[in-house]
Amino acid sequence: MTHFLEFAGIKHYFGAVKAVDGVSLTVKQGEVFSLLGPSGCGKTTLLRICAGFQHPQEGRVILNGVDITELPPEKRKVNTVFQNYALFPHLDVFENIAFGLRIAKRSAVDVRQEVERMLDLTDMTEHARKRVVELSGGQKQRVAIARALVNRPQVLLLDEPLAALDLKLRQRMLVQLDSLHDEVGITFLYVTHDQGEAMSISDTIAVMNRGKVEQTGSPAEIYEAPRSSFVAAFIGDTNFFDGVVKEIDGDYSLVAIEGLGAVRVFNDKQLKVGGAVHLSLRPEKIHLTVAEPPAESSRNISRGEVEEIIYLGSATKYWVRVGDYRLAVNRVHRRFGLDEKPIRWKDLVWLSWHSDDGYMLERYSEADEELLSLPDTETETEPLAVDGDSHE
Amino acid sequence: MSKLNGRLRGINLGELMLTLPSLGWLMVFFILPSLIIFAIAFRTADAYGGIGDSWTLETILRLVNPNYPGIIWRTIWLSVSNTVICLAVSIPVAYYLARMDRRWRQWAMLLVVVPFWTNFLVRVFAWKTLLHTDGTLRHFLVWTGILGADQPLLYNSGSILLVLVYTYLPFAILPLYAAAEKFDFNLLEAARDLGASSPHAFFSVFMPGISRGIVTASIMVLVPSLGSYVIPEMLGGVDSDMLGNKIAQYVYTERNLPRASALAAVLILTVLIPLLGMMYINNRRQTRDRKEITDTLSHHTGIRA
Repeated sequence: MTHFLEFAGIKHYFGAVKAVDGVSLTVKQGEVFSLLGPSGCGKTTLLRICAGFQHPQEGRVILNGVDITELPPEKRKVNTVFQNYALFPHLDVFENIAFGLRIAKRSAVDVRQEVERMLDLTDMTEHARKRVVELSGGQKQRVAIARALVNRPQVLLLDEPLAALDLKLRQRMLVQLDSLHDEVGITFLYVTHDQGEAMSISDTIAVMNRGKVEQTGSPAEIYEAPRSSFVAAFIGDTNFFDGVVKEIDGDYSLVAIEGLGAVRVFNDKQLKVGGAVHLSLRPEKIHLTVAEPPAESSRNISRGEVEEIIYLGSATKYWVRVGDYRLAVNRVHRRFGLDEKPIRWKDLVWLSWHSDDGYMLERYSEADEELLSLPDTETETEPLAVDGDSHE
Repeated sequence: MSKLNGRLRGINLGELMLTLPSLGWLMVFFILPSLIIFAIAFRTADAYGGIGDSWTLETILRLVNPNYPGIIWRTIWLSVSNTVICLAVSIPVAYYLARMDRRWRQWAMLLVVVPFWTNFLVRVFAWKTLLHTDGTLRHFLVWTGILGADQPLLYNSGSILLVLVYTYLPFAILPLYAAAEKFDFNLLEAARDLGASSPHAFFSVFMPGISRGIVTASIMVLVPSLGSYVIPEMLGGVDSDMLGNKIAQYVYTERNLPRASALAAVLILTVLIPLLGMMYINNRRQTRDRKEITDTLSHHTGIRA
C-alpha cells in the first residue's frame, strides 16, 4: 500500500496563528517519515492531530484506508513517544511497558511475554523493576519507545525523541532507533527540528515552514535539489545568488549575476532569456585553490580574497569575498600539512565549481537568508562596537 | 555507645538549632498538655469540680459505658463520611483548578478561601437560619415534595455532616490543588495514547499522581472533624452528640475533670493512631524515593550523597 497514512488538506489555527495551514502528505507503509522544521512550523501540531490530541478544523487523517479524524486517541492504532517521555512515575519500568496491554485486558501470560520481548529489544531487561526516577535519560527514552511499540501500532509517532539527550547519546540513540526500525518494520512518523537527525534516519522528509510543507522528498533530494530558499538554507549551509538569464545553450544557460559575473548553470527549470533566477550553491561544491585551475567549459571560475577562516577539525570553512558576494566554502582536509600551500587570511584564491552544482530555486525569500546567519561584515570595520545593533 | 555516638554525630548542630523552636513549641503546647490530660484521667475527682489528691483506675474502667460506644461510633462515622465526601468533591475541583487558565485560576482560588474571611461562628449561625424549621429552604423543599411536612432539616446527624463538609472542604481543596498543580498532565495524554479512556486515565494515572495530596487532605479533614464541638453543639439534636460535646459536658455541666480527660485521651488516641499510621506510610515512601534518587545520582555521577 502506497498511501498508508494520509493527511488530506489539514488546517488547524490557534486563534490568528496558522499552526497547520493546508497540509497534504502521504506516508508509505514501513518508512521513516520525518516532519522537519523550525519551532512553531506546525510539525508538532500535525503529529498531535495524527495522535488524536488535536482535532483539525479542516481536513482528514486516513490510516490504512480508514478515516480516523473523528476517533479519540485511545481508539487509534497509533502510539506516541513523547518529547519528555511522559513515563508514569508511580509505576516501574515493567508496568510502564505493560500499561497498554493491561488496558487491552490481555492475559497475564501474554503481558509477561510481550513486555519481556520489548525489554529485550530495547536492552532494558536488567532494569525491569526499576522505578522511573532511577533511570537515566537514554534509558527513559528506551522505555518510552518500548511502551509504545508493545501495542504494535500501525504508526509510531515520535515527537523530538532525542531532544532531551546530550549530543553523544543522541547520536548513539539515533543508530539504535534506526536498527530498531529495521527490526520491527513499523511506519515511523518522526518530528524533529534537527536536520542532521532527519537526514540520517529518514526515508522521506517533509520540510515545514509556517504551517506549510515546503518540500517533500528523500534526504538527498532535499539537500541536493532544494525547491525553495527556505529548504536550501534550513538544511545545511548554502550560498544564494540572484541573476538574470543571458543566454540559453542546450542544457545549460549563462546567468549574469550582478557583482559576480556570468555563471554557467544546468537548466533544471523552464527558462527564458531575460528571466530572473535564484541560485543555491552548497559550500562544499566550491573548490578553493591557490593556483589557477585549468579552464574548462563545464567549470565556473572566480577569484576572491579570504576574509575569514574557521577551523572545524574535519574541515575548514572559509569566507571568501568575490565582488559583491561573500561566499562560504568548505574544504575537507585529506592530508593535513601535505595539502598544497596552506591558505591564509587575506590570501587571493581561486574558486571553481562545476556547472551542474548550482541549483535553481523555485521560490526565494530574503528572510530565509537569515537562517544562514552569515557573520556581519560591518563588525569587522568597527571592532569596538560590542552591541551589534548600535551602528545601525 | 559507639552506635549512639555515630547517630549523634549524624545530627548536624545547625540543623538541631533550626528545629529547636518548633520542637520546643510542640513540647510545651502539644506533648506536655496531652501528658497532663492522660495523667488527670487517673486522678480522682473532688466534690467542687477540681482534681482530687489520689490516683484511681475507676474513671478509665467507667469508659466501658453503654453510652460511649454510640458516641464514639457516631464521631468516627461522621468524620470519616465527611473526609470521604470532601475528597470526592475536592479531587475533581483540584483537577479543574490545575488545568484552568492562569487568569481565571486566581479568581477561582479566591472563591475557595473567601469563606475564611467570615467568622466561623457566624457562618454556622447562618446555616442554622438557612436550615431552620421555618426557614425558606425547608418551606421550598416541602413545597416541591422533596421533603415531608414533618421532616426537619436541622438538629440531626445529617445537618451536622452537611455543615462539616461545608466547613472542611477548603482544607481538602488546598492540599489537593497543590498536588494537582505539580502533576504532569502530559501523563494523561500518554495514558489516552496507550488506549485508556478518559475516566480510566483519571483513576489510574491522575489519582496515583496526587496520592500525597490525598493523604494530606485526609489528615487535614479527618483530624479536626474528629474533634468537632461547635457544629454538633449548634446544629445537632439530643441524640447526635459527638465526643467533643461529651467532653464539654463533663467539664462545664458535670464538673468532672478526670472523666473529661479520660474521654479526651480516647479522642487523642483515635486521632493519633491513624495519623501516625498515615505519616509512617508517607514517610516510608518519601525516604524510599529519596534513597532511589540519591542512588541513581551516585550511580550516574559517582558522587555519594
